[in-house]
Amino acid sequence: MIGIEHYLTVAAALFVIGIFGLFLNRKNIIILLMSIELMLLAVNINLVAFSSFLGDLAGQVFTLFVLTVAAAEAAIGLAILVCFFRNRGTIAVEDVNVMKG
Amino acid sequence: MLQTILFAPIIGALIAGFGWRIISIRGAQWVTTGLLFLSCILSWVVFLTHGPETQHVEILRWIESGSLSTSWGIRLDRLTSIMLIVVTTVSALVHLYSFGYMAHDDNFKEGEESYRARFFAYLSFFTFAMLMLVTSDNLVQMFFGWEGVGVASYLLIGFYYRKPSANAAAIKAFVVNRVGDFGFALGIFGLFFLTDSIMLDDIFSMAPTLAETQLHFLWREWNAAEVLALLLFIGAMGKSAQLFLHTWLPDAMEGPTPVSALIHAATMVTAGVFLVCRMSPLMEFAPNATAFITFLGATTAFFAATVGLVQNDIKRVIAYSTCSQLGYMFVAAGVGVYSVAMFHLFTHAFFKAMLFLGAGSVIHGMHHEQDMRNYGGLRKKLPYTFAAMMIGTLAITGVGIPLTGWIGFAGFASKDAVIESAFAGTAGGYAFWMLVVAALFTSFYSWRLIFLTFYGEPRGDKHTHDHAHESPTVMLVPLGVLALGAVFAGAIWYGSFFGKTNEVVKFFGGKYGEPTQELVEAVAERSPKASELHYVMESQPGEAAIFIAPENTILHEAHYVPTWVKLSPFVAMVIGLLTALWFYIWNPAMPGRVAEANRPLYLFLLNKWYFDEIYDVLFVRPAFWIGRNLWKKGDEATIDGGINGVAMGIIPFFTRLAGKAQSGYIFTYAFAMVIGIAVLVTWVTMTGGAE
Repeated sequence: MIGIEHYLTVAAALFVIGIFGLFLNRKNIIILLMSIELMLLAVNINLVAFSSFLGDLAGQVFTLFVLTVAAAEAAIGLAILVCFFRNRGTIAVEDVNVMKG
Repeated sequence: MLQTILFAPIIGALIAGFGWRIISIRGAQWVTTGLLFLSCILSWVVFLTHGPETQHVEILRWIESGSLSTSWGIRLDRLTSIMLIVVTTVSALVHLYSFGYMAHDDNFKEGEESYRARFFAYLSFFTFAMLMLVTSDNLVQMFFGWEGVGVASYLLIGFYYRKPSANAAAIKAFVVNRVGDFGFALGIFGLFFLTDSIMLDDIFSMAPTLAETQLHFLWREWNAAEVLALLLFIGAMGKSAQLFLHTWLPDAMEGPTPVSALIHAATMVTAGVFLVCRMSPLMEFAPNATAFITFLGATTAFFAATVGLVQNDIKRVIAYSTCSQLGYMFVAAGVGVYSVAMFHLFTHAFFKAMLFLGAGSVIHGMHHEQDMRNYGGLRKKLPYTFAAMMIGTLAITGVGIPLTGWIGFAGFASKDAVIESAFAGTAGGYAFWMLVVAALFTSFYSWRLIFLTFYGEPRGDKHTHDHAHESPTVMLVPLGVLALGAVFAGAIWYGSFFGKTNEVVKFFGGKYGEPTQELVEAVAERSPKASELHYVMESQPGEAAIFIAPENTILHEAHYVPTWVKLSPFVAMVIGLLTALWFYIWNPAMPGRVAEANRPLYLFLLNKWYFDEIYDVLFVRPAFWIGRNLWKKGDEATIDGGINGVAMGIIPFFTRLAGKAQSGYIFTYAFAMVIGIAVLVTWVTMTGGAE
């Protein structure tokens, strides 16, 4: 029987993979965006799992909202990326340190 | 009507001060002067028609805080109406006089004629503040007026703001007055603390209780009435230029002469005397404080008269004369004869304002030359001014028919009254002798002024003497009016101020009654001639304008002093006159020889007993030293240094440190964020968060 703990384990694993994607990636900003998406999805899985487990539909409704917002966010992120590439000619993460103090 | 008297001057001041561009400078002068004359006429109507009873008029509520309840109110009684006519009459005449005196002024350049409108606005503002002071029915309003006249005095002394000496004199007047005001403010606080009210009526009715109240302060018990009376007198000392706080008055002569006549002779400086008389219900219960007032008044009268002997600036002579006459008034108030203090205040206002305006007329005619050594022989050039100054001098030296009491010039009636009261009040002691000697000196320096200015050969710049001219009519009319006062004020009101006890008590709105048998016996034992004591004042404190305790019979005894005492001021006056004649007419080389023979004494007097020098060492330099230290070490080194150190040293150090943490890489920030969230979540789960 697949219980809630399995879902939570998968979600946690996905989330940690996302975090590692954020930290360890030094090359590509697109991978960064993808990692963020991954973390959002992990949270979504959590929401759906708890919703089904507790018999409360609100979690699934929220999931749909989160997905919509994530799509919009991805679109904006990619647009920023395109602009950035036009200005700087590169999207390598190592070169993006204008904010260095 | 009362409201019109009170507010006409401030309306004039506002119109002249802010509106002279619209109504022209000349218009501003006419508006202020016209309103002042209106106020003056109404004051005389009030004085002559309003009976002796006390009337309260509330104008508006002012401060309501806890048990402190203050309103703008008028307390109209005899004291107020006397002060009303003194203030408005002198002020109206000074306004008129200023038309001529301020017409041209070398201290202001071409195109700066607006100084005239400003001057009239200040004069009117001063009059308003002074009226506020004398009409108030509570101490806070009185304090408001008290400070208002201080501000006006500051503005007018420093009117020639381009002269550094005028600015210094203005600041000195303000600062020295602050010392006195500190005492006055403490007195008001103390009265409010003990009586829970600042209304004069409440305080007066509480006065007998205050006399039995003890204050614990500085390791010992003090009588509340004594302490409060002394504190109020310290305020009066500052305003009325009594010894130790007198140094500002001679310097205040830096202001234009009409100002000296109005503020520093006739009205503002007498506010202290008025305060002591107004607080007579309290003073009557403070025998030690009034003894101190008598002592200090007598000392001031003597001190200022000695200094007046050798001054060469015509205005300074009159200034020291004012200081000395104020001492007389305080002696009268100190021995408990408040009506005589007010009498001398009243007559002094006329003849001293006239002397000042006369001096102004001389200065005006002599192109702003003020040194008497450069005058001489002016009586033909300035005949009207000479006549006015002569009347003023006859009044101040107290010329009259001796032993009649009242047939004579104004100063004769009031000054003799003061001296007789001083004799009765101190049993022929210190105050009496000081005043008689001061009367001798007064006569000498007043006649010296006349002889140096109007007699003898013209000295000084020949050109100035050739062009010396009589002042315009507008300046001579006020002199004439004041001359009337200087001649007749004493004789007309002699009975009201210094008549029989019942007369005086009635004039001031009180009730009189029979004295007790013990009191009659006590008086008969003290002075056998005064044994016919018929009346004493019976009113409760605060019912009448002044309060004379039933056991205070000085007013009665003063009429029965020995004949030689009654003659003494007259004799002193004659000696002073003869000495002045000898020194300045018969043998003009004499003063130089006397000064040479007694050089240390001469220098001592010429330098005003070295008061300014002593104060310079004792107060001014230490104050400068403290100020400079606080500025250089306290402000510049500590505060500025501290702020600069923090802003330019410590903060940049930390910002550099914080800047190093900023790698600029997104993953660093993300890492920090995740660590933060992890820590937060851990903390929440471990401790239950904020709960």
